[in-house]
Amino acid sequence: MNLLTVSGSPHVHAHQNVKSIMYGVVIAMIPAIFVSVYFFGIDAARVLLISVLACLFFEWVIQKYLIKGPVTINDGSALVTGVLLAFNVPSNLPAWILIVGALVSIGIGKMSFGGLGKNPFNPALVGRVFLLISFPVQMTSWPVPKALFAEGVTDAITGPTTLGVLKEGLDAGKSVQEIMASPNFPGYVNDLMGAQGGSLGEISALALLLGAIYMFSRRIITWHIPTAYIGSAVVFSGILWLIDPTHYIDPLMHLLAGGMILGVFYMATDMVSSPMTPRGQIVFGVGAGLLTILIRVWGAYPEGVSFAILIMNAFTPLINNAFKPKRFGEVVKNG
Amino acid sequence: MKTFALGGVHPEENKLSADKAIETLPLPGKVYVPVSQSLGAPSKVVVEKGAIVKTGQLIAKGESFISANVHSPVSGKVAKIDEVIDASGYKRQAVFIDVEGDEWDESIDRSPEIIREISAGRDTIVRKINEMGVVGLGGATFPSHVKLMVPDGKKAEYLLINGVECEPYLTSDHRLMLERGEEMLIGIQILKKALGVNKAFIGIENNKPDAISHLKTLCIKFEGIEVVPLKVKYPQGGEKQLIKAVVNREVPSGKLPIEVGCVVNNVGTAFAVYEAIQKNKPLIERVVTVTGKSVSKPANFMVRIGTPVSALIDQAGGLPDDTGKVISGGPMMGKALTSLDAPVVKGTSGILIMPENESRRAPQVNCIRCGRCITVCPMGLEPVLLAQLSENQLFERTEKERIMDCIECGSCHYTCPAGRPLLDYLRLGKNKTGILIRNRGKK
Repeated sequence: MNLLTVSGSPHVHAHQNVKSIMYGVVIAMIPAIFVSVYFFGIDAARVLLISVLACLFFEWVIQKYLIKGPVTINDGSALVTGVLLAFNVPSNLPAWILIVGALVSIGIGKMSFGGLGKNPFNPALVGRVFLLISFPVQMTSWPVPKALFAEGVTDAITGPTTLGVLKEGLDAGKSVQEIMASPNFPGYVNDLMGAQGGSLGEISALALLLGAIYMFSRRIITWHIPTAYIGSAVVFSGILWLIDPTHYIDPLMHLLAGGMILGVFYMATDMVSSPMTPRGQIVFGVGAGLLTILIRVWGAYPEGVSFAILIMNAFTPLINNAFKPKRFGEVVKNG
Repeated sequence: MKTFALGGVHPEENKLSADKAIETLPLPGKVYVPVSQSLGAPSKVVVEKGAIVKTGQLIAKGESFISANVHSPVSGKVAKIDEVIDASGYKRQAVFIDVEGDEWDESIDRSPEIIREISAGRDTIVRKINEMGVVGLGGATFPSHVKLMVPDGKKAEYLLINGVECEPYLTSDHRLMLERGEEMLIGIQILKKALGVNKAFIGIENNKPDAISHLKTLCIKFEGIEVVPLKVKYPQGGEKQLIKAVVNREVPSGKLPIEVGCVVNNVGTAFAVYEAIQKNKPLIERVVTVTGKSVSKPANFMVRIGTPVSALIDQAGGLPDDTGKVISGGPMMGKALTSLDAPVVKGTSGILIMPENESRRAPQVNCIRCGRCITVCPMGLEPVLLAQLSENQLFERTEKERIMDCIECGSCHYTCPAGRPLLDYLRLGKNKTGILIRNRGKK
């Protein structure tokens, strides 16, 4: 008889592994990919392809020739970073800038810390913020997609995003109502469906929510971060809105416009850079929600999701340390 | 429906032998009876090579407070007293007996009649449980008489009977509840009497509806026993989890169940207590499930202690060709055997045969800090942190992070998407931290 295999318990294992989690996230992003290609046309496909290939390539080069260790580009994590980076840039971004972004994401954001699981910050956001600071003009001129169900293809006109329009208008002394009444303003339905200017993946809240439902159903993400994030953003922006609705945008518009939904479900929930305990995750979400609204309302940029998540990423080790799980037998309450 | 609050996982149940009635395994030609089959000090052998023993005769005596007597499970001749490799892969002293016939000690009542009246008093019960070598049959094999002696200043309020059987595959407790339910309930009344408690709860997971309804019907005739159906969740059979689920009390860290007025015993133990007190029968046999996806005849056997595992496998249709691993116990906490000659002991609840393609661990990749090990930990620990600290040998910190609370249920390793052997590190850490604590006590 052959020798028996001997190992410590447990001898059975749950079916989900790192690879299936990563590819699960990719599957969840498919609706948003379709929406981006629908509204931005072939440009969106081009950006996605370049971003994904560049991310995979840089991870491969670094693992094979710099680290000289095992190559793990098929684990899906570089693919997720590639799609997320593409989701975070405008569809008319020049290829070379995108490739620089991929190098920063993978090289600095991920591999310099030791690769998958070691990076303190979300790699795609590191790349995006690097590009936003280095190439502000290219990163903030968005093609305006055709209106929903309109005939014809995207024209070459570029313009600001929904949040950009609002910020500009408010800075010019207009009221929120005046801005929203203007014919160029996308409005709630277009923001929900995706007919608004913006980065590739952030335009359609609906497509992103579909993917989020998929991730919930497969238990890839849990409710803690999204609920806390959205909750704190809604409460904070709601208070401001109740104080002065002519100066502050209502909470629903905050949710639908910009990268809130993309950030909440696809980037704040990144396992590697978010806290590990449920309590810590709630703290993380609340913090990110507050910071997002803070930056949107009083910051220099119209959008604050990326910065908010990166700032909270930096707090993750502290949060892990400060918010321990409830230990069994710690608080004794009998009866 | 009740369950415990913190953590837990849902492994595939795979109760392949749930509808197989208990069969008596034919007597093997030889038995190897380890001298130490319970927690605590090893017992002292009281027979010599060449001695003729009867079934049920004392062969090793427990001499310290926490230790248990061992009786001959067969009749025959003591071939030698030597070492045998047990389920953990360690060499243990054992009495080797060549089986000859099946002649029982005269004091044992072997009639099938159920004796319902409990005539023994409290002290007699505790003494006889000790004499008959009854230990906890749930797996930890803690000598049962010790649990019945409530320390001064503490009071037992509830007796909890563990019929959870949360380990996948295993069905020995399930079958026992169905087939020996009445004897078990009498055993519970005996335990209640010994402890001086009025109320006993039998916790059973709701994947065994037949056992729940059967015992509920039987309970009508018994005062102060209540069946509590529980929502399926591993590791509900853990003592602390069961107490939390049934009476919603939390045993404080580092303390025993008696701290919250509870005593927990397995259904198998309750049956063994019945036999010890009412039938004068020592613990010399138990129900063992033999199962596995490739096993041709999964079964539940009534097996004499000391029977080699290979004899059970033969009776269940032989060792499948694709066998990769043979486990003593369930897939979550069981031990992988190094040899099929290992004997069945008092704590053996099942033999699980895993096919080759399920026997090997998944390759490890980097931890992605998903925190699932923390979410599933039923003790509210952080396995990822404890594993890291253990790896770095920081045992002062593992103690602070309460590594000693770990019940080794394996939920963390089970759930880890990166395939990290978290429990291996935690076991190592517990061991080293334990040494650290004991050494500190000596100074």
